[in-house]
Amino acid sequence: MYDKNSNEISQSQKIYLQKLKRRKINITISRFLILVIIFSAWEITANLGIIDPFIFSSPSRMFKALINMLKDGSLWLHIGITLFETVIGFLLGTFIGVGVAIIMWWNKFISDVLEPYLVVLNSLPKTALAPIIIVWMGNNMSSIIVVALLTSVIVTLLSVYDGFMHIDEDKIKLIKTFGGTKKQILFKVILPASIPTMVNALKINIGLSYVGVIVGEFLVAKAGLGYLITYSSQTFKLDVVMLSVIILAILSALMYQAVSIIEKLILKKINPQ
Amino acid sequence: MNNIVEIKDMSLIYNTPEGETLAVDNLSLSIKKGEFVAIVGPSGCGKSTILSVIAGLLKPTTGIVNVNTNSIIGYMLQKDYLFEWRNIFDNVCLGLEIQKKLTEEEKNYAHKLLEQYGLSDFEKSYPSQLSGGMRQRAALIRTLMLKPEILLLDEPFSALDYQTRLSVSDEIGTIIKKEKKTAILVTHDISEAISLSDKVFVLTKRPAKLKSIYEINLTAENRTPMKSREAPEFKDYFNNIWKELDVHV
Repeated sequence: MYDKNSNEISQSQKIYLQKLKRRKINITISRFLILVIIFSAWEITANLGIIDPFIFSSPSRMFKALINMLKDGSLWLHIGITLFETVIGFLLGTFIGVGVAIIMWWNKFISDVLEPYLVVLNSLPKTALAPIIIVWMGNNMSSIIVVALLTSVIVTLLSVYDGFMHIDEDKIKLIKTFGGTKKQILFKVILPASIPTMVNALKINIGLSYVGVIVGEFLVAKAGLGYLITYSSQTFKLDVVMLSVIILAILSALMYQAVSIIEKLILKKINPQ
Repeated sequence: MNNIVEIKDMSLIYNTPEGETLAVDNLSLSIKKGEFVAIVGPSGCGKSTILSVIAGLLKPTTGIVNVNTNSIIGYMLQKDYLFEWRNIFDNVCLGLEIQKKLTEEEKNYAHKLLEQYGLSDFEKSYPSQLSGGMRQRAALIRTLMLKPEILLLDEPFSALDYQTRLSVSDEIGTIIKKEKKTAILVTHDISEAISLSDKVFVLTKRPAKLKSIYEINLTAENRTPMKSREAPEFKDYFNNIWKELDVHV
């Protein structure tokens, strides 16, 4: 019997909760299993000679490479450089994107004029610009950061501007009925209402900035995971190539998680419930 | 003359790339201080436009709109538009904050109003934690904070479900009467108009012209919006206004 005054959980609720818990456990186990199966199949087929470990590498060879690179400290250097370039690139991309979006919101004329250019720039693969940037800015880290910035800035700009334009007109009217200025509309309504959009843009930008940084490093760098990948593949050190790709995957996952945590903190502050 | 709002031969034309639209055509009406008037008309007839003109957000194309100088105007929109990133107290103080008049004294006034209208326990709550009726009350307090003499109500209850709508309009109507404000309510709900107001202006469909004026005299003791609905004259007013609106479905 359902009794809303009782604090005890009813039998049916207990069964329901148990079911939920079992499902959650099964999902976690299955996820983990996929990883284990892939890596053990990889290791076994490499050991049995079914795949050539020289070309495909293997988990144990990658582990050895990891230990070696940890010993001579080179791994931390490469990770550090790639991470630095990515963070700077995506923070700059986000700030510049939001800044230009504000200018476009402020002046409808500018936004109408720029629209066709932005549409073209948005569909253009920004990595095609990388060689040009490198010729212009030289063989150094700043050109890599600029490439990373370019990959993310247009998407940020368009999605944040779109967010600005979709804010309820009547919220703006409310400020106007109080006699508010355009600047007050920006700071009291547009920006706070757009925080979720901006955090979302940040999430997309992580992936895009990595694309920019890795392409940049392919072309010019003397250090960084992108450099490690091209250099090692040219010298047929596939163990290092595979290891770098896996590290890259872990890095972007960690960064995504960091932004998700920031997002939760912000949303909790904005809208606690 | 103790007319607080006076509109004379006012017309308003909207210009769009598709052409011009006459929204309001030669409208004249006057509202006395302390009166609660309702403007009813078919949907989209330009009722809200009239409020925007009175509030000074729009300029009439021709004609004169006189609002008693020094009168502060408070505007209530169709939804509460409480900002979800501000708590109730900060939402209520928004108007004065924008006008840079938010002093300690005014903050105390905000506490007082919130307490008076049963929201003092929710000062630190966020809008999403409040019921529809409470949110509407908070929106009213946000408007009252400006100490307005004229309240413009642009279908302020239309976003609420029917039951909440009845009790909120009763509550808010009673509060406005108690604070002795002049109020102009725009609505397409005939019974809401009759139950709340002293006078009903009926408009034609677009372009809005004044069709008729009804003085609402109900035999109800201590008239509140809820009790007004029980008055014997209520349904006569309703039928007359309904016929005037001439709605063809």
